[in-house]
Amino acid sequence: MAKITKKSGYVQETIEIFSGLAQGMATTLIHLFRRKITEQYPEYKRPLPDRTRARIILTRDPDGQERCVACFLCAAACPVSCISMEGAEREDGRRRASWFRINFARCIYCGLCEEACPTLAIQLTPFFEFCGNDILKLVAEKEDLLVNHGGKNNDYNFYRYAGVAMVGGKGTHINEKKPVNVKSNLP
Amino acid sequence: MSFVLGIIVLFAKLGMVLVGLLLGAGWLTFWERRLLAWIQIRLGPNRAGPWGLLQPVADIVKLLTKEDLVPQGADRWIFLYAPAVVAVTALLVFAVVPFGDSWTFFGRRFPLVIADLNVGLLFVLALSSISVYGVALGGWASNSKFSLLGGVRSAAQMISYELSLGLSLVPVVMLAQSFSLVDIVQAQAKYPFILVQPVAFLIFFISAVAEVKRIPFDLPEAENELVAGYHTEYSGMRFGLYFLGEYVTMVVLGALAAVFFLGGWKGPVLPSIIWFLAKVSVIVFVQIWLRATFPRLRYDQLMHLGWKVLIPAALLNIVVTGAVILLIKG
Repeated sequence: MAKITKKSGYVQETIEIFSGLAQGMATTLIHLFRRKITEQYPEYKRPLPDRTRARIILTRDPDGQERCVACFLCAAACPVSCISMEGAEREDGRRRASWFRINFARCIYCGLCEEACPTLAIQLTPFFEFCGNDILKLVAEKEDLLVNHGGKNNDYNFYRYAGVAMVGGKGTHINEKKPVNVKSNLP
Repeated sequence: MSFVLGIIVLFAKLGMVLVGLLLGAGWLTFWERRLLAWIQIRLGPNRAGPWGLLQPVADIVKLLTKEDLVPQGADRWIFLYAPAVVAVTALLVFAVVPFGDSWTFFGRRFPLVIADLNVGLLFVLALSSISVYGVALGGWASNSKFSLLGGVRSAAQMISYELSLGLSLVPVVMLAQSFSLVDIVQAQAKYPFILVQPVAFLIFFISAVAEVKRIPFDLPEAENELVAGYHTEYSGMRFGLYFLGEYVTMVVLGALAAVFFLGGWKGPVLPSIIWFLAKVSVIVFVQIWLRATFPRLRYDQLMHLGWKVLIPAALLNIVVTGAVILLIKG
């Protein structure tokens, strides 16, 4: 640069302008021959992270029971109201959803239902390739949503931590203390 | 008999140029997208046909089947005809551009130019002035703020840069001693004019890019200020005609740069048409390359460059060229 500073203003300015332009042109020319980073989608499917938010499933606990207890928390959390269901009771008194419906044409895949779910029943999966031309076919019923596994947490069983214990009585839940005998601290 | 033959030959040449130019412009839209993508280390359109070569066909089908909207309050007839002005003037310029040496059939010579006008260069400049009307009127007739601003900008820009475009060609005329494009090419038999007129070539090229309203001079359609500038309100094939005009003009300016400065069809070994096409492709590639590299000029920078840099430089170049020619001859 020492050489250039000796020259008069106009010449120096012209040299600077053209060297600046040439640098830009050189950069783009080099990029023309660089390896392209585009992933060709239908041929190559990028492995998606486990927590990618796409199609919603209803999972089962390790015993094979439906996890959903029809508490409506997901429907309440849903910002676009795409979840609807009807609660019912099983023979043993526990709750279940008699029907469960998600309108995927409306779902925005925000994952708030998954966060709201107390039993890990409703979960989002990375599977996203289920678009279609018929909007009514995007409405998924309970049998479309139910899967035979536990999703992201296969070992979790809500009723081992909370709810009425079916066997063993009080104090048999995981991390639950034995009930205190209220009469033991009487004077 | 020779009259009928002349008409047949004329129509054959017209058809050849028209089909070639339209196909070339259509294909250029594809190559521009592809090259821009490559420069941005993407792949670009590669789905329609092998390597995406049928992409222009898909685009044209799309444009033709779109609804042709005329906005409420638009000046209907001007709005409808303005795109045609742009496309037609761009196509007409090629009438005087020689695209190859003459062919000989049955002892007759057929020069590969539609009309060897003796004022061909002036014809080119006149048509590029008329194409301003298409843009400015299209912007005005749309009855939209953005279109109007785009039209006004393009009128100012194209008029400013036409001056330096014309002035940069004066030394070429002085060297070739003719306004005819065929004679200009013939005058470059020994060496192309770019070797003796690099400054004129630079001024011509910059002004030409500004005339086509391409990046870095795309103020009339600056998408982040004016939505789409003068063609904001256009849809369907009328929008397509503006596009076609732009790409045909790209090819035409490549051809003009080849004719005025790169020696036209002249070149060793290969057939003349191949040389001509190669030179045009290089210029067109550089235009796309520029688009991929430079940001848009500000409006005052654009005017500054046109009036305070290019025009004085072109005038100085004329004086110097004249002095040198006088010195050599005298």
